[in-house]
Amino acid sequence: MTAAPALAVEGLSVEFRTRIGIVRALDNVSFCVTEGETIALVGESGSGKSVTAYAVMGILDRAARVTAGRAMLGGLDLLSAKPKQLEEIRGSKIGMIFQNPRTALNPIRSVGRQIADVLIRHGNVSRRAAPAHAVEMLRAVGITDPARRAKAYPFEMSGGMCQRVMIAIAIAAKPSLLIADEPTTGLDVTTQAVIMDLISDLAKELGMATIFITHDLALAGQRSARVVVMHAGHVVEDVPTEDLFANPRHPYSAQLIAAIPDSAASLDALASIPGSMPDLRRTDLPPCRYSERCPRQIAACAQLLPRPAPGTVHFVACWNPLPKRTAPTLSAPTVSAA
Amino acid sequence: MTVLLDVAEVSKRFLVAGGPGPWTRFKRRLSGGPERLPKVYAVDDVSFIIGRGETIGLVGESGCGKSTLVRVLTRLLDASSGSVKLGTREIALKPSRVFARDRDRARIQMVFQDAGESINPRFTAFAAIADPLRRLRKLRGKALKDRVEEVASQCGLPLQLLTRFPHQLSGGQRARVGIARAIAVEPDLLVLDEPTAALDVSVQVVILQLLQKLKKEFGMSYLFVSHDLSVVRLLCDRVLVMYLGKIVESGPANAVFEWPWHPYTQALVAAVPRFNDRATQRLRLKGEPTSPIDPDPNVCRFYGRCPIGARDCKTTAPALRRFGDRRVACHFAEEFVVQRVSPVHETQVKPQI
Repeated sequence: MTAAPALAVEGLSVEFRTRIGIVRALDNVSFCVTEGETIALVGESGSGKSVTAYAVMGILDRAARVTAGRAMLGGLDLLSAKPKQLEEIRGSKIGMIFQNPRTALNPIRSVGRQIADVLIRHGNVSRRAAPAHAVEMLRAVGITDPARRAKAYPFEMSGGMCQRVMIAIAIAAKPSLLIADEPTTGLDVTTQAVIMDLISDLAKELGMATIFITHDLALAGQRSARVVVMHAGHVVEDVPTEDLFANPRHPYSAQLIAAIPDSAASLDALASIPGSMPDLRRTDLPPCRYSERCPRQIAACAQLLPRPAPGTVHFVACWNPLPKRTAPTLSAPTVSAA
Repeated sequence: MTVLLDVAEVSKRFLVAGGPGPWTRFKRRLSGGPERLPKVYAVDDVSFIIGRGETIGLVGESGCGKSTLVRVLTRLLDASSGSVKLGTREIALKPSRVFARDRDRARIQMVFQDAGESINPRFTAFAAIADPLRRLRKLRGKALKDRVEEVASQCGLPLQLLTRFPHQLSGGQRARVGIARAIAVEPDLLVLDEPTAALDVSVQVVILQLLQKLKKEFGMSYLFVSHDLSVVRLLCDRVLVMYLGKIVESGPANAVFEWPWHPYTQALVAAVPRFNDRATQRLRLKGEPTSPIDPDPNVCRFYGRCPIGARDCKTTAPALRRFGDRRVACHFAEEFVVQRVSPVHETQVKPQI
């Protein structure tokens, strides 16, 4: 890939101080998204997908602390930027779509005004012109009768419509990076398809780099060019989408794929992942946080994890990955239990 | 196959909050007009049967009336009209409060959506599983303890977790408690309302396999409500597709998802993300469903979002017609039937109801 990176996250580590100990939520997370590219962050709940996005946006909880790492947007490190600088960037350079549109929108402000707020702050639009622009934004995200809808409040709209409003807010100032945190969780599949179409179309049209966070591997596969698989705060595999489904190399990715009901012929053919995610409060976490559940564990797993070399196209954080197939096929992958 | 549950023309209508107030109604009555109150037609004239040992999937988008239908069938809500027969016994006529103490209460049990929310947070896992046994089987003491432990182990719940409260259990363990308390009284019909919606894929697999195992062991029938079509395809024998209170299509799960006939089912199937299929030119539904408040009985419920949307659809609501082992409520069903399926089905075309 020749395009310049829109966002490069390097060695990001985040801890949460809680009453019951320090939770090492992210450890040495690195990935990068180039201009105009769509990547997906996937993993089960608790794998650190959202924390990664929040860290990049600088909206982590006060109990959280970034202990290491950089997140380079253009020439600026977002993690060490001053709050004032971040205020300029959020909304204008990075747009974010939150998980639950109903709770993320301001319940006592009409949606038109919420969009206008962003336009006035970041979009270089005058106060007087903003409401008309907001209506145009609503039209752009496919809301029928936008002039009337602009006066509506979030509770008057369906979940899918609220999500369209969220998208309108996120893209109002034409950011170069869009972070979509589970944008369709809680929506119906039919609505999900329409919303995902909208996000992909807008991303293409505006040339936005998109980080798409989801737990739905099938959706990630359908919508992204590259997939970053996370487990317990680690990036376990960072891979072009076709390669992931044709030839997953990390045992965890392979088992995740084998657990998707879509690809299976019968319930018995579905594989479950033994064990559960390790407790991230433990001080004796192994270097590979998957090793205790891993069927392919070897002696080398006690060493530090392999790091991505510069220019790696397919990064696997594993000492004993599944073999590389020479001729990748596009059919559903078969996973050996070994 | 013997029929376990026979649901015939069941409807459930709710009065709309914020309709005309008492004063407006009073004036209307004075002026001699009928006192019509706007109603939500949550479930409208639904008929189907569940055979013994059969697994039926119920799919449809949120707000289509799946949960209301399920609540009527499990007798947590009273139907506005229609009949529900369990075996040969009519159970729709008993008010739900009375049915709660009925001898057949144990025969229909429900696994609720998101066990974390639906289990009493002040009950331990043991108490949650023991509650229905105490009430419906009148078990006490040693017998109760033995039965709870028996079901817990059948559901793969380690016995040392029985003393824990819901918040001390993981999502998968909570789902197991929810299933254990439902099957403890040995029901004939288990109604599952999105049992895996709150779970990660890897845990979902384990719970689905557990459900399949339990079904084999105890020969229960399942009514499985879900919006995840790929799960329904794997678990269910037959599937019912609902749209705005009506069943629009039903038939064998594989066939319905392989060759959906109703335009709504087609859109539903097209919307399921598949990682190995990146086609973007697909059938998409525009807009929002029409209002379920006092719908026009002569307009197809899907009219307005339907890609066909012909003149007939606006003047006559399509009946649910039988085509072989499938039923479809669309004026244009024949076109799809002819296109996709062997002529065997064509000869069997006969209107139903």
